[in-house]
Amino acid sequence: MSEPAVIDREHGRRLLREMLRIRRFEERCAELYSAGHIRGFLHLYIGEEAVAVGAMQALTPDDAIVATYREHGHALARGIPATALMAEMFGKQEGCSRGRGGSMHVFDAATRFYGGNAIVGGGLPVAVGLALADRMSNRRRVTACFFGDGAVAEGEFHESLNLAALWRLPVLFLCENNLYAMGTRIERALAQTDIATKARSYRIQADVVDGMDVVAVEAAVARAATEVRGGKGPVFLEFHTYRFRAHSMFDAELYRDKAEVDTWKERDPVATFAARLVRDAGLTPDEHRQIDDAALREVREAVAFAEAGTWEPVEHLTADVYTPRVPEVHHA
Amino acid sequence: MPDVAPAPTTVRMTYRDAARAAIRDALQRDPRVFLMGEDVGRYGGAYAVSKGLLAEFGPERIRDTPLSESTFVGAGIGAALGGMRPIVEVMTVNFSLLALDQIVNNAATIRHMSGGQFSVPLVIRMVTGAGRQLAAQHAHSLEGWYAHVPGLRIVAPATLEDVRGMLWTALEDPDPVLIFEHQALYNMEGDLAADAGPVDIDRAIVRRRGDDVTLVTYGGSLFKSLQAAELAMAQGLSVEVIDLRTLRLLDMDTVVASVRRTHHAVIVDEGWRSGSLSAEITTRLVEQAFYDLDAPVARVCTEEVPIPYPKHLEDAAVPQPASILAALQRTTARGGR
Repeated sequence: MSEPAVIDREHGRRLLREMLRIRRFEERCAELYSAGHIRGFLHLYIGEEAVAVGAMQALTPDDAIVATYREHGHALARGIPATALMAEMFGKQEGCSRGRGGSMHVFDAATRFYGGNAIVGGGLPVAVGLALADRMSNRRRVTACFFGDGAVAEGEFHESLNLAALWRLPVLFLCENNLYAMGTRIERALAQTDIATKARSYRIQADVVDGMDVVAVEAAVARAATEVRGGKGPVFLEFHTYRFRAHSMFDAELYRDKAEVDTWKERDPVATFAARLVRDAGLTPDEHRQIDDAALREVREAVAFAEAGTWEPVEHLTADVYTPRVPEVHHA
Repeated sequence: MPDVAPAPTTVRMTYRDAARAAIRDALQRDPRVFLMGEDVGRYGGAYAVSKGLLAEFGPERIRDTPLSESTFVGAGIGAALGGMRPIVEVMTVNFSLLALDQIVNNAATIRHMSGGQFSVPLVIRMVTGAGRQLAAQHAHSLEGWYAHVPGLRIVAPATLEDVRGMLWTALEDPDPVLIFEHQALYNMEGDLAADAGPVDIDRAIVRRRGDDVTLVTYGGSLFKSLQAAELAMAQGLSVEVIDLRTLRLLDMDTVVASVRRTHHAVIVDEGWRSGSLSAEITTRLVEQAFYDLDAPVARVCTEEVPIPYPKHLEDAAVPQPASILAALQRTTARGGR
């Protein structure tokens, strides 16, 4: 693991705070699911926090984000308020998608967050198009597209990498390889398990990054984003990471050993980074507790906000299927 | 006074020319508009619709794509979200099935699913229909499937005016619009007003006035239906022909108003009968005009087979003037006239 010698004191604490916000938010979501406040499918990001947090630090507000159905962490790290996000989990109209999307479909225009896409691989073509719009409009923006190792088996992955490379579009492909496509381990799904090699076969620069190390993620994404923004075309990063919780709340985890999970938990991105801050940046137990308390408080407030939220009136059921028509423009 | 010929008020052209004129007009009107699809540039379009546009507008705005339907349609969605006004051409409706995920799961859902935050002002043009012996993977009429999906607008221009005018209106629409061009229409010649421009994409239109029976159709079946109406007239049967123009949202007001006068309805739909647009229109007539009908609604649809290659079998599979005429006679004979 390559580490810069010095971690900036304030920045290190910010990274820890961001990861803890996600960890506490997700833990609370699991409880709320069991209690029946959150329904549908719920996919938790616990274990993978370093990827979203490191990546978002390296992106600017002008950049676009395309994410998957395991996107709560990305949404929080991107700056979508925990209140609006939790209200979305509850299906309340104060949610960031008016409660219509739920856990899997977080959208937010203010932060250029384009889902919340629950068709595996389906976000990649959209990311290519967002980047195409930037290129054609001469805007120096990056479209950061998150997806998992499962998407790599989809045709849209290959089509999208090819097209982005062919047209040299400013897409940053961010593959969160957590080794499992739902319950199917990567060796059982991919004939070639070296995902970065696939990207390179499309003549895209690709690097493999330790996704459990937030500093390494941030550095890699910052480098890659600079290259993409500079007109180099797409760049691909593969993050090695691991999901500590079940795929969704209906998953009995029959497909993996507890021992494997425990081994990965020794590399918990939050705990290892906190230990590193203690060692290298003077983090005290008190400070750590304060950061954690603030995260817990934020989640409590988010839950209160969601509970106090309101249901969209049934009369609005079909609103926004179509944009309302301005009365009569043309005559045949 | 010098002898000056008046400026021509109409121009003789084909449906293909009118489709091209619409794309050219859109590219000239709005710098956000671009055309993207398989072989739209150097090749000139599989049906030669975009021929010459690459030379005129350059490769940034006339974009040849790889054979990646899902991704170039999805890229159209992304570009629309990013502020552009893409026209995506899919070579045939059969190929569009490779992009069904993007059209149904993304284009149609994003506005509602995002709580109204994001719209997808995308236009997808595709070719539909039989008639050129292209067999079972290039000749189906699947527009009815797309018409099933909330969030999409589906239009089927059957005339020069409509193929010339619907594109711009579709591009101005904030939501995704799918334009179905019937392949048998491309060589159809006609006179188009020199100043032809945008037309509405909301309403059906009566193409022929009649009193005895209402014939409802769209797209490639329109002219077959008008032929059948002419044949029926010779036998003393006055047929009103309605061109739906827009398949979603359906303009039932125009259809119902006509049926209330004629008390008979025949629907001609090149899609298969089962679960079709014709089934939808029939049901709505039952719901909205049951007591106005003097006879059961009749349908002329494509036989339930994959479209075969030999001409005699292809002709037998899809609606023809003779089969339409027979349906007109059948339904009116039964109606106690």
